[in-house]
Amino acid sequence: MPADALPAADVVIIGFGWSGALIAEALSAAGLGVVVLERGPYRDTASDFPPGFAPDELRYAVRHDLVVPTAQNTITFRNRVGQTALPVRQWGSFLPASGAGGGGVHWNGQTWRFRPSDFVLRSHLANAHGHDVIPSDATIQDWGVSYAELEPFYDRFEYLAGISGRAGNLRGHRQEGGNPFEGPRQRDYPTPPMRMTLAPTRFAEAARALGYHPFPQPSANLSEPYTNSLGVVIGPCSYCGFCERFGCGNYSKASPQTVLMPALRRRPNVALRTGAEVLEIARTPDGRHARGVRYVDADGIERYQRAELVILAAYTFENVRLLLLSGIGQPYDPRDGSGVVGRNYAYQTTASVQLFFDETRFNPFIGAGALGMVVDDLNAEGRDHARLGFIGGAHLAAMQSGGRPIQSRPTRPGTPRWGGAWKHAVARDYLRNVRLGASGSSLSHRGAWLDLDPTYQDRHGRRLLRMTFDFHANDLRMIQHATDRLAEIGRAMGPAEMVVNQRHGPYSVVPYQSTHNVGGAVMGPDPTTSVVNPWLQSWDVANLFVVGASSFPQNPSYNPTGTVAALALHAANAILTRYLPAPGPLVPR
Amino acid sequence: MLTLAEAATLEAIVDRLIPPDELGPGGREAGCALFIDRQLAGPFGRSESLYLLPPFLDGTPEQGLQSPLTPAVRMRAGLAALEAHCRAAFVGRAFAALPPAGQDRLLSEIEDGTRSLAGVNARAWFDLVLQMTMEGFFADPIHGGNRQMAGWRLIGFPGARYDYRDWVERHGAAYTLPPVGIGGRPGWHDAG
Ligand SMILES: Cc1cc2nc3c(=O)[nH]c(=O)nc-3n(C[C@H](O)[C@H](O)[C@H](O)COP(=O)(O)OP(=O)(O)OC[C@H]3O[C@@H](n4cnc5c(N)ncnc54)[C@H](O)[C@@H]3O)c2cc1C
Ligand code: SF4
Repeated sequence: MPADALPAADVVIIGFGWSGALIAEALSAAGLGVVVLERGPYRDTASDFPPGFAPDELRYAVRHDLVVPTAQNTITFRNRVGQTALPVRQWGSFLPASGAGGGGVHWNGQTWRFRPSDFVLRSHLANAHGHDVIPSDATIQDWGVSYAELEPFYDRFEYLAGISGRAGNLRGHRQEGGNPFEGPRQRDYPTPPMRMTLAPTRFAEAARALGYHPFPQPSANLSEPYTNSLGVVIGPCSYCGFCERFGCGNYSKASPQTVLMPALRRRPNVALRTGAEVLEIARTPDGRHARGVRYVDADGIERYQRAELVILAAYTFENVRLLLLSGIGQPYDPRDGSGVVGRNYAYQTTASVQLFFDETRFNPFIGAGALGMVVDDLNAEGRDHARLGFIGGAHLAAMQSGGRPIQSRPTRPGTPRWGGAWKHAVARDYLRNVRLGASGSSLSHRGAWLDLDPTYQDRHGRRLLRMTFDFHANDLRMIQHATDRLAEIGRAMGPAEMVVNQRHGPYSVVPYQSTHNVGGAVMGPDPTTSVVNPWLQSWDVANLFVVGASSFPQNPSYNPTGTVAALALHAANAILTRYLPAPGPLVPR
Repeated sequence: MLTLAEAATLEAIVDRLIPPDELGPGGREAGCALFIDRQLAGPFGRSESLYLLPPFLDGTPEQGLQSPLTPAVRMRAGLAALEAHCRAAFVGRAFAALPPAGQDRLLSEIEDGTRSLAGVNARAWFDLVLQMTMEGFFADPIHGGNRQMAGWRLIGFPGARYDYRDWVERHGAAYTLPPVGIGGRPGWHDAG
């Protein structure tokens, strides 16, 4: 044991985002001694994003103040084999978090449950349409956990966070005004939906007239004050319009800070160490047991934290990279499809439609990260997408998250980018435009994976993670179909002009799309096609659990965090009720 | 950070990118050049948070920025190249001394790639200047631009008000309160 080793902990958690914080809460409530190591700084509402300076678009949204600096950690990227992957030097397509609260600080708060069929995607498609509808290079698979098993944990997360929404399916009974296509839920949302501005209202009217079933986006921006089961009070959202990419100055966006930290702070058996970047998971000589982690602390000193249980909750990229750097699990080899670590990376396939009106003021500066109306019909099980030439689906929405003018001031087609004509156009169009979005699923496939880069290293001389990814042709067909439907709704809203922004390949890391990077350490019932079992326990190292969207075998159209949270709470429950009474593999290999 | 001569060129450019007109102030009066100067002197100008380890290779557009040069270096090199071009092409005249129509023509040519400038990627430089000018026009005034909230007034953005609960359901209404920034409103300080 190195001289600078610290007192052993029951549990060490790597990363303090939603995943790490939820597990820390559950395990510390049961009396375990928990140490959390977080690479970024400590952050809280009053000190880091109070209303006085929270609404600074340049600092947070443009200069990415809450995002991990690429100088500290980045990935390399290429579209396909044969290209040389190059480092992402400036974040674009996605914004990985750093610091206490992780992405939970600066997310939008669009909070979804996945549908029951999403968890059995491959068998569902095969049963409904036959194996032939699944592209031959698609590596989509079942999750090994069912919606029914996760439902209590979705419910627990929604009631911790106070999510604002309206049920569409209460214990099998359809509810007016909610999502008619959702899986059955045991009770309604803890708080009512957000109040709607004009754009989502008009979108819903137009969609309804076309036969769709619009409903309010379930939101972690709270419609009214709420006290959760830990006794923590979350405030009402002020629709401030500085939400995604920003911390909330009003304590109204559910985050580890607003939902969990006030309770955790009072527990003597939880320690959060910030500025602590984990380098490796250390194991016993036979490799079957994790002994703890090596990390660099805020002073640059290397430390060793021993623990009985290691929870890896460092977001998709670092989850996969730390497994690879620690030599845990067989790395995926795309040539023959063998191995598992890095396999099944997937993303989100998005597109948009921009509407311009002559007179109507939409006041885009009013907004919240999850304020909007959504249509989920295109995902619905009844629809035979296979007949249309693709599998998967999308949801369509009018989200009004705030018209912050450095980044959001669209002008009509043909407008120059500068000069007097631009000035007149932006003055006319700013208040009178509406953006509609389509968010689509992403297949996992043979051409998309994560491994270690052969060339580029981080500042500690450790290899960067390499992403090889492009959109599958299936997904481009899917999103084109969805965008066409979105444009029909847009046209029905009666704009003077409309621009349809279809998604085309190749995938680029430059324009922002979503921070919904999934897979690479996927879950499943079969150790030859998964890294972790259905309780997120490593198949190779029984006292290691890998938590986060890295466990998704493929990505449905919905934002991931509701499911990330449910899986984290499901894993924590398994640790307490199954693992601790009899430490060892929960599923025999 | 910029020299007086560099600043004069930049002042002239930002006033063509956002010209003063009957709608309100242009980039010069709004402080865009001061904003750019401050940004270049700070962490952004030095690429302080960016991964800048080699090797530097030219990638595909999909792979994004791969230059080892910081924004401060790129800005200065572009301004110098523009001045060198002007002095050679317009019998010793500086960019700032050209008539507005001539300035616009030159900037348009750089923007669309028909005019190259010796020793720099002129198009990428133009994009940097345009991006930073717009940032300066629309960022909160605490950063040195958007003076008198000229950018926000132009489009009707109320700034850092941070509370629209009373306006959510006033569909289509004209928002009547003046914009406010993180540091307050011009009126507050004038009165104080
Ligand atoms: C702008 C934006 C908007 C979003 N909007 C939505 C939305 O509306 N709905 C939704 O569902 N999702 C949304 N997301 C995604 C959401 O933020 C993530 O799904 C969620 O935060 C993931 O939580 P996590 O705890 O698994 O990972 P993270 O929040 O990323 O936390 C991981 C933590 O681990 C730390 N870490 C990483 N490596 C190390 C290491 N080596 N040592 C120590 N610590 C380490 C990181 O610093 C980080 O704090 C959004 C994301 C962004 C960026
Ligand atoms: S929109 Fe609401 S939840 Fe989001 S930051 Fe503003 S007040 Fe907070």
